[in-house]
Amino acid sequence: MGVLTGIEDLLRAAAPQVLAAVVRRYGDFDTCEDAVQEALIAATRQWPVEGVPDNPRSWLITVAARRRIELLRSENARRSRESQVAADPTPEVRGDDELALLLLCCHPALTPVSQVALTLRAVGGLTTAEIARALLVPEPTVGQRISRAKQRIRDCGARFAMPDPDDLGERLTGVRQVLYLIFNEGYTASSGARLHRVELTAEAIRLTRQLRDRLPADGETAGLLALMLLTDARRPARTRPDGALVPLAEQNRALWDAAAIAEGVEIITGALRDTRLGPFQLQAAIAAVHDEATRPELTDWRQIQLLYGMLHALAPSPMVTLNRIVASAMVDGPSTALAALAEAAADPALAVHHRVAAVRAHLLEMAGDPAAAREQYRLAARQTLSLPERLYLESRAARLA
Amino acid sequence: MKYLILIQSNPRTLEIWEAMSDQQRMEFGRGHRKLTGEMEEAGVYVASEGLADPSLAKWVSVRDGRTIASDGPFAEVKEHLAGFYLIDCASTEDAIAWAAKVPDAANTEVEVRPVLDMSGWEF
Repeated sequence: MGVLTGIEDLLRAAAPQVLAAVVRRYGDFDTCEDAVQEALIAATRQWPVEGVPDNPRSWLITVAARRRIELLRSENARRSRESQVAADPTPEVRGDDELALLLLCCHPALTPVSQVALTLRAVGGLTTAEIARALLVPEPTVGQRISRAKQRIRDCGARFAMPDPDDLGERLTGVRQVLYLIFNEGYTASSGARLHRVELTAEAIRLTRQLRDRLPADGETAGLLALMLLTDARRPARTRPDGALVPLAEQNRALWDAAAIAEGVEIITGALRDTRLGPFQLQAAIAAVHDEATRPELTDWRQIQLLYGMLHALAPSPMVTLNRIVASAMVDGPSTALAALAEAAADPALAVHHRVAAVRAHLLEMAGDPAAAREQYRLAARQTLSLPERLYLESRAARLA
Repeated sequence: MKYLILIQSNPRTLEIWEAMSDQQRMEFGRGHRKLTGEMEEAGVYVASEGLADPSLAKWVSVRDGRTIASDGPFAEVKEHLAGFYLIDCASTEDAIAWAAKVPDAANTEVEVRPVLDMSGWEF
């Protein structure tokens, strides 16, 4: 098992470097990506038996280059190009390639689901089957998303190259969104024992860590990594063994991952000090304030309220508004928060949000109105799209009966 | 987000079905197969099935550790599930657009239900 895991880690780390090297040399992302997938599969079969080659990356590049020619050869229409291709020198690994690859997989012309699937396969080095299991959809569906994504890249003429410096910032925003989406996919599917399921949260953290290594001065990438670490640190306490959701105030904080919290706090502290402020940094800062409280009553709610205020100014969203109101209840009391909620809910965008009732229920319970709180908990339970959340809201309602 | 598109059979849909010619019924079946193909092609497909007649249903219960399987009570049921599509797409709007392509939607209506996920909000 140890050997196998070692090989898997090696392959996953090498996958984007190998793909980038091959794409840079030959240009045709679509075929190169298929060829690298086949090389990775060949390595998974051969290496445990024959041993890991001295230079694993060269081995993979050589096999991928050969597979690519075989793939092209099977396409009659491209036969004329093959002899020229075969004579090309062997590609090599270069530093910036992986970032260019990540940018290509998160190209704005692709839909979010395609970006996620392609990034996990081309940059994460996961197989289609592994991605399918992680996303809880059938394998052919993931295969289709990947092949559509590659076709779209071909059709829109996206190139494997670093974008202009002017565009880089915006493209990186897209990349961070995709990484955060992968993290959340893992986070939302993490309840319940799913054996042999690739941990998407761990994968998202790994990829974000790589991105940060490449862009150490980028505050928002640091903020995203810190947010992931500080959120994932609470995972062991977030659900009961039966899968039931545990609210933050009731979590056993001894179960929180202290090492992840320490790393997350260090990263976000550095980013807040040295870089330009952004929404991921603020979210990470909020997570850090929660994680640093060893007991719920030690939580610095004033600080959290302040940070949500800044987040609201920088990147407003219904969730930010609701969380800010929850924080204000802890600082200013439930009646002030209820008034703020009534005002906020007058906004049509928020009025239909399924978590308004959950917040109202929580505030009414705090205010000592169990009958009204129970009614709102029941309403919230009917409106949620999450199974553990529904069970949690129903149990809150039952507790007030 | 996963969504289940439910196709119900009821006296109204039955009436429409019975008024159809063989040709129209064949088109209808072809429409379903075509839609499945389109969903696969788009990378949203999870599963889809048509269900056998409810007279073939078994009603299963367990009492005192004993499994009891019985027929019915289908006689008084006026509406039953005839088939479904399970899709994974980005939004309710997307799911509605797929539901609109279900051949039954042209005659009666189909139902779109969001599937619960395992997400949770900490507050």
